[in-house]
Amino acid sequence: MNSWSHIKTIAKREMTGYFSSPVAYVFIVIFLLLAGFFTFMASPFFDRGQASLQDFFVWHPWLFLFLVPAVGMRLWSEEYRMGTLELLLTMPITTWQAIVGKFLASWLFLGLGLVLTVPLWITVNYLGTPDNGTIFCGYVGSFLMAGAYLAIATMTSAMSRNQVVSFIVAVVLCLFLILCGFPPVTNLLVRWANPGFVDFVTSFSVMTHFQNAQRGVIDSRNLLYFVSVIGFSLFTTGVIIRSQRAG
Amino acid sequence: MISVKNLTKAFGPKLAVNDVSFTVQKGEVLGFLGPNGAGKSTTMRMITGFTPPTSGSVTIGGNDIADAPIPAKRLLGYLPESAPSYADMTVTGFLNFIAELRGLSGTARKQAVDRVIDMCFLGSVVHQSVDTLSKGYKHRVCFAQSIIHDPEVLIMDEPTDGLDPNQKHEIRQLIKRMGETKAIVFSTHILEEVEAVCSRAIIIDRGRIVANGTPAELKSRSENAGVVHVRIAGDAAAGIAGKLGGLPLAQKVAALATTSGKASFRITPKGSAVNGDLAASVFDLARRENWKLEELHTDEGRLDEVFRNITLSDTSK
Repeated sequence: MNSWSHIKTIAKREMTGYFSSPVAYVFIVIFLLLAGFFTFMASPFFDRGQASLQDFFVWHPWLFLFLVPAVGMRLWSEEYRMGTLELLLTMPITTWQAIVGKFLASWLFLGLGLVLTVPLWITVNYLGTPDNGTIFCGYVGSFLMAGAYLAIATMTSAMSRNQVVSFIVAVVLCLFLILCGFPPVTNLLVRWANPGFVDFVTSFSVMTHFQNAQRGVIDSRNLLYFVSVIGFSLFTTGVIIRSQRAG
Repeated sequence: MISVKNLTKAFGPKLAVNDVSFTVQKGEVLGFLGPNGAGKSTTMRMITGFTPPTSGSVTIGGNDIADAPIPAKRLLGYLPESAPSYADMTVTGFLNFIAELRGLSGTARKQAVDRVIDMCFLGSVVHQSVDTLSKGYKHRVCFAQSIIHDPEVLIMDEPTDGLDPNQKHEIRQLIKRMGETKAIVFSTHILEEVEAVCSRAIIIDRGRIVANGTPAELKSRSENAGVVHVRIAGDAAAGIAGKLGGLPLAQKVAALATTSGKASFRITPKGSAVNGDLAASVFDLARRENWKLEELHTDEGRLDEVFRNITLSDTSK
């Protein structure tokens, strides 16, 4: 058996796990309701007189801030709590296959949530002629951002057998990644730090990179950012699990 | 098949497992005994590669669990202490998942799943989700996953814990049968289980191996091992006691309660060998003296007594 089939087996189980519990349905319903509410009610979507999904995407960093850790918090905490970690890691698979399998399943699940917002896209295409390239980039950026948040939630999930702790730590870490590029915060920073430092700090933010995607541009730097956040968090997950096993 | 060398595990300053070494061959069932917190589970977790040892090594079928974990784990079946399984899955779903991770696919997987469902009597609950099952069933589900790939090495942490007496009996028979072709290590604190199933037993106390031998060998360490009980019809208790005391193998003769016309004695042998020699000489004596023997047996010793002696005497040190 190659490692890909192990990853697939684990991802498949994780995916079934979502749909055999209320988590999946609650997440999808809440995500769609909130996304709809913020887009149509809390933004000048209709007043803008412009067919775009800008008002939809602009809320994603904040929506995901709470919803993604809620999806990711159980990934490892649950294994610790039920004692199944002992079972999983004594199978002839490597730890990283398990980490990647679980991560991919949850990421795909989040992707499914995004796909279900397609009626919004149909709506703007019905109302006008939006730039579908920009919308596509927005979706890709949003998916990557969800992946970055999810990887962080995976990492915090490996830290504790308590899902609440995992959730809160993940939210705080993700909030940090938002705030270091959030204009009200960076404007404060500009007053006393030199511009180079401010640029350095904002380059750590999901906001900076997601804003590019919303504008319809995803360059290699944005891609590299999201991929490295995911890579780093998953690697750290492996380190944490190893140290948990050592006792 | 299993070779454990100088295995040590420290949790902070506390040594949970201290310099444990043993080997298990194919066809052997090794019972792992010890009081709670003695380090049984930690040792098993190290054997299965779940917990990395502080020092020492484990090889499974020639593969070092640290250097070549995948081939080593492939040979292993493991039943962890709490018999965990994924609560949100159905019994078949769970067993299929494990079989898939074990590299079984297609008809081979279907056969393997059907086989363990039969062996572990899970037929009536296959479509139920695991969290709706009673403890005994959950336990058997986890037991089933440990043997699904017909492993050469089986590590089981308290395999009969939480089962009812009939299920216990079934599982013991199963372990005994599988033990003929596999290398099995299982931990327990039920001593009768060791006598019923194991070909060898190790007693571990506070991280150290304090005894290692066949159940019979361990029992012979008991104070009562080799003691001969004899009951003779007749009244001349004192005369009989004197003659029994005169036997070259007898060290001490104690007369037990004598009811009318029957005399009972307890004869302690010289040394502590559990063999029939003393009983045979008692029999010969009885024949010469024309005593009517009503009862004659040699005490094999008791495992629980040995267990208590070994694990308690260490506490006082």
